[in-house]
Amino acid sequence: MTHLVVDQLKFSYSDRVIVDGVSLDLRAGELLVLLGANGAGKTTLLRLIARHLKPESGTVSLDESDVANWSRRRFAQQIALMPQHENRGSMLTVIDVVSLGRMPHCGWWTPLSKLDQKRIDDALVATGLAALRERSITELSGGEWRRMILARAIAQDASVLMLDEPIAGLDLKYQYEVLDQVRQLTKQNQLVTVVTLHDLNMTAMFADRVAILSGNKLLALGSVEEVLQSDLIRQAFDVEVSVVRHPSLGTPLIIPLHHAAKLGIDERSAEKLHPGDKDV
Amino acid sequence: MNRSSRIVLAAFAFLALTSLVSLFVGAIAISPMDVAGAWLFGNAESLSATERTILSELRLPRMITTILVGGSLGIAGVGFQALFRNPLADPFIIGASSGAALGVTIAIVLGWQAAWFGLRASAFSALVGSLLLIAVVLGIGSISRRSSSLSLLLAGVALSSMVNSIVSLLMFWNEEKVTVIFAWLMGSLSVNNWQSIATTAVLFLIGLVLLWSMSRPLDAYLLGDIASQSLGLHLVGFRVWLVFGASIATASAVSAAGIIGFIGLIAPHIARWTVGPRHAWLIPMSACTGATILIFADVIARTIAAPTELPVGTITALLGCPFFLGLLLCRSRACELAGETA
Repeated sequence: MTHLVVDQLKFSYSDRVIVDGVSLDLRAGELLVLLGANGAGKTTLLRLIARHLKPESGTVSLDESDVANWSRRRFAQQIALMPQHENRGSMLTVIDVVSLGRMPHCGWWTPLSKLDQKRIDDALVATGLAALRERSITELSGGEWRRMILARAIAQDASVLMLDEPIAGLDLKYQYEVLDQVRQLTKQNQLVTVVTLHDLNMTAMFADRVAILSGNKLLALGSVEEVLQSDLIRQAFDVEVSVVRHPSLGTPLIIPLHHAAKLGIDERSAEKLHPGDKDV
Repeated sequence: MNRSSRIVLAAFAFLALTSLVSLFVGAIAISPMDVAGAWLFGNAESLSATERTILSELRLPRMITTILVGGSLGIAGVGFQALFRNPLADPFIIGASSGAALGVTIAIVLGWQAAWFGLRASAFSALVGSLLLIAVVLGIGSISRRSSSLSLLLAGVALSSMVNSIVSLLMFWNEEKVTVIFAWLMGSLSVNNWQSIATTAVLFLIGLVLLWSMSRPLDAYLLGDIASQSLGLHLVGFRVWLVFGASIATASAVSAAGIIGFIGLIAPHIARWTVGPRHAWLIPMSACTGATILIFADVIARTIAAPTELPVGTITALLGCPFFLGLLLCRSRACELAGETA
């Protein structure tokens, strides 16, 4: 059973501390959403875990083994990162890019095996890209591009999946579909999944646990109900919000208060809008 | 057999045909029927002694050198375009050729004649010069964290100018060797020394094997540093091998034939348009395309003002530039028709 432990990670650029003593403990089958304002250190934290940056102090362990000592190939077999941005200039096709997800397993030279082909085909089907497999990546829309990178991460077949803003730029349908796929994969394959998001309501719908970074430190870590509270959100984002219960899903529903005011809602009147629901 | 493999096979067949034809044309035309009579049917009298000498001691070594130099420039172009993630990079533009030229010039000035493991001193000095120049360009990139591929390219252009000036100074200070250096810098494929051909062949094969073995990581590298690291690529080690592979191919070409521009730029582009961007096909196709272009250019250089032979580099630039611009225009038009914005 996969067990990812991030222990007291610290990182600075010059004299500016970007990530300050962050610790996380994640188990197989768990989806953690990282929240935080712009510049809070979410992407840097992912890149520290992915070993793209070297921490000043602290460790990342997978199944009680310090990943700093692993070869890059062994690391990529276990931990996949879907970055926020990638170079779109190459004229590779969708199938070429998704096939690269097998590189940590088959190396530089070995031809793809039947198992590799199956993993690639499965990833394309899971992300709804089977029909676009021969399309040049220069012709993909933003949403198709994100799904392709997700397909590559799925084909990588790692036990830890880290996704940096996977729904940025997607329309509502694909936002929902991508996060639903990620959650299903996490549960079916017992992955440890860490996702950075800006959408608090999507977070409430899909996360098992939520971590908020603020001032480059871990402000809160816990269940959706424990963390998505108006005072914590105010501290992290400097925005007043009203947190009510979603009428049909029962998850926390976060409404910025100036919008709530326009709608005639405030925290005290939230119960009046949906009698029977209470602030969480 | 997929489409790319069929195209590569057809391209190699075309190269074989054009190479064969190149044996028969020149200041003195030789009939293919006479050659076939002598070589295939043992009719020794169908070729004169002069024709035999021209074929075996001039045109055959020249044809092999041309294929090796063109192939080397083609794969070096692929390597440098990938390294800088910039389609404008080629050994000539980023200065690898100039670095190699400085290395050979120093070897000529100092009179180095030694051979190590059967390889000539000029080839080693070309390799060292090329490697050093690229190392300085990449060093500039590593000092400035925000260097874009364009600024690295410009650094290469600037360093190339400086190195060319050093070559000029060395020529100025060594008047007795100016003729040798200048003749070599002009670029010539008239090599009749089999040891030189062996050196070129060995360096070309090392470069080809190195770069081809990196086909899959090269595809990943084009997606960016973060993506390629996430796929298990050790960037520093990978870049070192890539620079070495591309520089050794550059050294192979420059030490054999001087500076020949444009092939390293256009061969990868033509190859990309025919077999696509996957390096497993792109690298052999670029080698084949580079060799074919240079065979054509050499035939023109030998025949257009016969018996005077023009420097082949002038032909590659004169024909390569409009050909490349024409291809660019065709491609832009095709993109417009397909509704692409790129």
